[in-house]
Amino acid sequence: MRRPGHWSWVAAGWLLPAGAAQAHLVSSGLGPFYDGALHLLLSPGALLGLLALALLAGLRGPRAGRLAVIALPTAWLLGGLVGLGLAPVPDLTWLGVAAFLVLGLLLAADAKLPPIAIAALACAYGGLHGLLDGMALTAIGAGTSPLLGIVLAVLVIALLGAAAVVPLRVLWARIAVRVAGSWVAAVGLLMLGWLARGTG
Amino acid sequence: MSFSQSFRPRHRISAPILTIALWPLAAWAHVSAGEAGGLLSGLSHPVSGLDHVVAMIAVGLWGAQLGMPALWILPVAFPMMMAFGGLLGLLGTPLPGVEVGIAASAVVLGALVLGRVRLPLAAAVALVGVFAVFHGHAHGTELQAGQNAILYSLGFVIATGLLHGVGIAVGLIQRWSLGRQALRGAGALVMAAGVYFLWGAVA
Repeated sequence: MRRPGHWSWVAAGWLLPAGAAQAHLVSSGLGPFYDGALHLLLSPGALLGLLALALLAGLRGPRAGRLAVIALPTAWLLGGLVGLGLAPVPDLTWLGVAAFLVLGLLLAADAKLPPIAIAALACAYGGLHGLLDGMALTAIGAGTSPLLGIVLAVLVIALLGAAAVVPLRVLWARIAVRVAGSWVAAVGLLMLGWLARGTG
Repeated sequence: MSFSQSFRPRHRISAPILTIALWPLAAWAHVSAGEAGGLLSGLSHPVSGLDHVVAMIAVGLWGAQLGMPALWILPVAFPMMMAFGGLLGLLGTPLPGVEVGIAASAVVLGALVLGRVRLPLAAAVALVGVFAVFHGHAHGTELQAGQNAILYSLGFVIATGLLHGVGIAVGLIQRWSLGRQALRGAGALVMAAGVYFLWGAVA
């Protein structure tokens, strides 16, 4: 019997059926913890609301800033741990978009919220995204390491965002922060449209 | 040396290895596609259309003429109303006379800068907001296939905001009497460009 030639082996390699594609975090090359941190930095949907909330907390003063910096990563972590034990749910992207739209509007309006309300918003936003991240990590078979990386990134961004705004006293600088909020809200409005169209 | 000859010394090992190496087991690794393209496309879109550019800059110029608080309220209101217009477009809500509305925005805003017209803040915001809806409806929905929608939107909004910033920065020349005249001249240029666009829209 004639043995298969080299081109037959090459053809077999190309033609054998591929397995199912497996979604996973973008690899940082530094392990799952940093993959998680990178995931947040590459997720503009989560990042926009996080930044808006941190800036809003900063505008409301040091106490609100401190509460947000504590509440956001804590709620994100707790939500994530709960989400890790849950089955994935249908796509809830619209909920995340609606959340950062509201936060952008509050920031643009420089809403005079008390610190406790800022903390409540931080808990709600952190809990929601933590839950979504946890369920997504479960779906791709990832453990808690990426979640911890995400939470660390949340802490750093919230801390930097709030700390940058708290000392601002010059009018134009505070206005610039509000303008950023209007941009976040505008992106949220457009995203609702894209999602309704099925493109987001 | 032929392909077969080049592999002959390691024939028994190389062929199975080659097969395994080429076997598309699964797409384990992937990259997030379309992100950079979406952001760059969004950033470049507002500056690629002169009708959009002159109107955005005129909003900043007029805001600078009006002073506080219109100076910053107009550039805050515009992106949000523009996004609302984009939302209407994406939802398929028709808006008649979009191109005419865009051209008219340049005519009216240019005329307001030329005449140094001071409207009440609410009226100024309402006027700018109405024009912003036309701009958003026409331009905010032009995402190319395969690009990231959120980054396109972000780039689009940032570029629009920066154009307002250019207008505000230019408008600062009104501190000097010669600058005030130059600013009115810029308004005349915007208005002339608007008339040109209007001619194209209705012709």
